[in-house]
Amino acid sequence: MSKLTHLTMTEARDGLAKGEFSARELVQAHVEAVEACRSLNAFITETPEQALDGADASDARRRKGEAGALEGIPLAIKDLFCTFDVLTTAGSHILDGFKPQYESTVSANLWSAGAVMLGKTNLDEFAMGSSNMTSFYGGVENPWRRTGSNEPLVPGGSSGGSAAAVAARCAMGATGTDTGGSIRQPAAFCGIVGLKPTYGRCSRWGTVAFASSLDQAGPMTRSVRDAAIMLGGMAGHDAKDSTSVNTPVPDYEAAMTGDIRGLKVGIPKEYRIDGMPAEIDGVWQQGIDWLKAAGAEIVDISLPHTRYALPTYYIIAPAEASSNLARYDGVRYGLRVPGDSLDDMYEATRGEGFGAEVKRRILIGTYVLSAGYYDAYYNKARRIRTLIANDFKAAYEKVDVILTPTAPSAAFGMGDKMDDPVAMYLNDVFTVPASLAGLPGISLPAGLSGEGLPLGLQLLGQPFEEGKLLQVAEVLETAAEFKALPQIIS
Amino acid sequence: MAVDKDTVARIAHLARIRIPEEQQDALTGELTEILNWVEQLSELDTEGVEPMTSVVAMSLPQRKDAVTDGNCVDKVLKNAPEGAHGFFAVPKVVE
Repeated sequence: MSKLTHLTMTEARDGLAKGEFSARELVQAHVEAVEACRSLNAFITETPEQALDGADASDARRRKGEAGALEGIPLAIKDLFCTFDVLTTAGSHILDGFKPQYESTVSANLWSAGAVMLGKTNLDEFAMGSSNMTSFYGGVENPWRRTGSNEPLVPGGSSGGSAAAVAARCAMGATGTDTGGSIRQPAAFCGIVGLKPTYGRCSRWGTVAFASSLDQAGPMTRSVRDAAIMLGGMAGHDAKDSTSVNTPVPDYEAAMTGDIRGLKVGIPKEYRIDGMPAEIDGVWQQGIDWLKAAGAEIVDISLPHTRYALPTYYIIAPAEASSNLARYDGVRYGLRVPGDSLDDMYEATRGEGFGAEVKRRILIGTYVLSAGYYDAYYNKARRIRTLIANDFKAAYEKVDVILTPTAPSAAFGMGDKMDDPVAMYLNDVFTVPASLAGLPGISLPAGLSGEGLPLGLQLLGQPFEEGKLLQVAEVLETAAEFKALPQIIS
Repeated sequence: MAVDKDTVARIAHLARIRIPEEQQDALTGELTEILNWVEQLSELDTEGVEPMTSVVAMSLPQRKDAVTDGNCVDKVLKNAPEGAHGFFAVPKVVE
């Protein structure tokens, strides 16, 4: 039965429909895979009983002819999504013991479509990080190793547990969230597909907030078609999130025609940054060649404010975080550290409950929002955000999609870059600009580095054109023929 | 822009986060490094550029001003570290 864990979601959907195996068998195989990969630390909470009960319920629905679009598909959920009565930690000590009494809209949508939960995946604390090393529950190991080396590597972050679980064939897909690259960068590091939809496409209700003007949930899967299926199950309007957009969810699979002749692909010159490894440049050129061979037209474009995107992000995201994380005060949920007065209790709880990176960001956010600095930092950053969004608008008058590398390197060692916050922030240099502009982006595995690690290519699209992104991504996927398996299962 | 230890202590108090004395020097250095790095934004002329408020052009939806939720005190209090008589309990704030 172990082979069941190597199927794509699409193949499992077909196998279940034909009755080749049951949801119970499929889910059982994945429950065992989750157990077998515990050394990765990809899950904070495993929910095997819920998974198997869910599988039985799914089989019963199918017998009655009520199968949904994701019927019987076992998924992992990033531990940033509130799940009813199941521990939800956001990777933080401050949410100790928190069992939400409600379900996030995105996960509820997936369960309505028939999917089954395997457990909650590890992440950087409050999704703040690019390595998964800031989690209170410890780092996650990337299922991949460099050729001939046993050094454990990071899976990227913040959705590192989700990426590792999908790459290690523990889950057919996983939810992620992306604020500045937290779906796309770990997808690239782990050799899987990660899609960040347009801001507003998936409801943020019930997802622990980091930076509300940027946060967006999306699917992490092993194929482009799987991402299309899973996004269809996650997306949709939600009256409980006032920024959720009220436009119909298209049939994403129908958009994947395989034909991109005449489509215009932009190559932004500002993404050719100093010191970029030759093999990142190489995989980018390879992607350009593949698209050209498929009949697309390659157009050189300029996104002039690209170099300001990261510093802009590191004002806006901490500012919003400092406000969002004010709610963790030891009163309503999670950790409480006693104090002599109310203020004393707040300071003791937050001092002990937050980790170093979260504290840094709350303090930066508090500083840039404080009297005297608000205009110089926060308003300045919001103005530059407008310029960055305008860069993309101008580019999309000339092109349909934009192709870039996903990250400036392959996965790095656990513990590397930990003593230099700014060096860690540079991981997101290619993903942050589109986040600031609210645009959809997808990362897919395009090849292996000289050391045998996956490298990702990123496609960026126009607002609510996820279908077109998936269409182009599938063409790249077909050309790339990425079949390599991580060491842990090969 | 360098911040000093007193400024860090003041922000930490504003944010209600206790930073032990022995961590304040290191944190002051890290925050200074980050602020120096974002300082490059000042070289860009943003005169006349509107600050972005929303990435998606949409007007905020409105709903009927009616009660749509409630009667779930038990659920609300379920995760409270301390609750009493249907309320959250905190250290004494009034003598």
